[in-house]
Amino acid sequence: MSTASPSPAAPYRIPSSLALAARQFPRHRLALVGFVCLLAICLAAALAPWVAPYDPVQIKLGSKLKPPSWEHWLGTDHFGRDVFSRLIWGGRTSLSVGALVVAFAFTIGVPLGLASGYFGGRVDNLLMRLVDAFLTFPPLLLAVALVGLLGPDIQNVMLAIGLVQAPILARVVRGSTLAVREDVYVTAARALGARPTRIVLSHILRNVMSPIVVQLTVVFAAAVIAEASLSFLGFGTQPPQPSWGRDMSEARRFLADAPWMFMAPTGIIMLCVLSINFLGDGLRDALDPRAWRTRRRLADGEG
Amino acid sequence: MPLLSVRNLTTRFATDRGVVRAVSGVSFDLEEGEVLGLVGESGSGKSVTALSIMRLVPEPPGRVTADAIEFDGLDLMRLSEAEAREIRGARMAMVFQDPMRSLNPVLTIGRQTTEVLRRHQKLDGKAARRRAIELLEMVGIPMAERRLGAYPHQFSGGMRQRVMIAMALSCNPRLLIADEATTALDVTIQAQIIDLVKRLQRDRGTAVIWISHDLGVVAGLCDRVNVMYAGTVVESGPIRRLFHRPGHGYTVGLMGSTPRVDGAAAHRLTPIEGLPPNLIDPITLCPFLPRCRVAVAACHERPPAPRQFAAGHWAACFADLVR
Repeated sequence: MSTASPSPAAPYRIPSSLALAARQFPRHRLALVGFVCLLAICLAAALAPWVAPYDPVQIKLGSKLKPPSWEHWLGTDHFGRDVFSRLIWGGRTSLSVGALVVAFAFTIGVPLGLASGYFGGRVDNLLMRLVDAFLTFPPLLLAVALVGLLGPDIQNVMLAIGLVQAPILARVVRGSTLAVREDVYVTAARALGARPTRIVLSHILRNVMSPIVVQLTVVFAAAVIAEASLSFLGFGTQPPQPSWGRDMSEARRFLADAPWMFMAPTGIIMLCVLSINFLGDGLRDALDPRAWRTRRRLADGEG
Repeated sequence: MPLLSVRNLTTRFATDRGVVRAVSGVSFDLEEGEVLGLVGESGSGKSVTALSIMRLVPEPPGRVTADAIEFDGLDLMRLSEAEAREIRGARMAMVFQDPMRSLNPVLTIGRQTTEVLRRHQKLDGKAARRRAIELLEMVGIPMAERRLGAYPHQFSGGMRQRVMIAMALSCNPRLLIADEATTALDVTIQAQIIDLVKRLQRDRGTAVIWISHDLGVVAGLCDRVNVMYAGTVVESGPIRRLFHRPGHGYTVGLMGSTPRVDGAAAHRLTPIEGLPPNLIDPITLCPFLPRCRVAVAACHERPPAPRQFAAGHWAACFADLVR
């Protein structure tokens, strides 16, 4: 909304709400920082073969446990492998686990939560008992059982973590939906004949986006960590293959002798989660017009 | 044949403490193009009556029964939810009390106004937008085209209520229900909105049910009034007659507690003492009896039956208030 100059010749183009949101996003400084960091990490992982200075699985026992230096920016591990290269390659595993789990949790959890919260009654009861059943298992145990059943494969790990996370998201969405459902504009929309699908998708979903975005950042972090735990237990990523979580848990044994081995994957996980959190904050604000800053008031007709 | 005919409408809600009879046995007719006022204090069943007619009472916990609710040749009680959706917004529409909350805060005005048009008139995006601009101009929103991209929080309360009215009238409904539509607005805006509704009602011949607890507003707008108390209509009549010769103890009390601009010196506000009855308990006598200042002996013996005073003016009261 720059200065609105009344020019009768040019018809006024109404900016789409997505365009408005996109214009709003960069105003959130931290979100922009988060976005850039995440983009850099993703790019590095995607371009790993060209970016990584060494082969991540190449064992060089001659140079094991070397501290950071010009040759090895983040030092080497107990097999003499370059930590920095492993970090870049490991990003492929960890980021794709995180992203796919987020996508899975979103596609399963959000519709379940919306349906449960909006329709209530028997549908709600059935769905929520199902969710309860899932939540009674210790999450890691459930994932281990699933992976044990399906075989130790990275896809199965993603599925297992996703199945653990989706019900949690469903719960969050249901709670917010219950609150939003009672808002006057929902009744007003019904009074104008809006169909339930329309109400849920265009009125309710938009209003429960903030808790969803926040929860998804948590899901991402949880997924990266769950992948680490599963890999540590021998499921998921198999030994020579790099993954942040795996490398981190392996580095525990050398905490005193080679702290860089531990700090590198921990740091990158932290950076990632933090970036996603900031990004989530920014997205949430960009999606909520009430949070937009530096807007001119359009209402000048009456008091 | 009247446009809307309600017979013995009863709406109950199941609560933890028992069944609340929010509306019990309400009957009335509304003619084509007529403006009917529904007045009464909070909890008298005005809004629930409106929601019941719109078929918007959530069931459960609510339960709506009626001998008949006929509207525009349809028996509303027999409609399925899907059929009711086709009527709502197209042939009957409703405007709610709080314009600050009846528009979705995260959707643009344009999106919300065009939604109804796309839904019922099957207009495509462009046509719906053109029509939305016309409608917003009709309700007095300047630069309507530019405002389609605005969000509700950028509008004042009065403007939001104008948008709500535009949306409600967008498919030319036969009936408009306004539930305390001006209560949340300040007086000058209130007058503007009333004028707007009056104008639109005259131009289009829309029948209106105007729900309010403000007798002054009702007097300026309506042809006829139903006075509601404890879920029942206690008095009904043409506006002038009812104001000059109220026939029910409650109506008298309601007028005594309403400020007047004329005769200010002589008139003191007299509040109605006490509280309305608990609608969970069965009501056998006149529901207003415990608070009534004009009660007679018969009031303590049996429930009052409606008494006709003149054409279209009746009250369920034993006291001889109308001479």
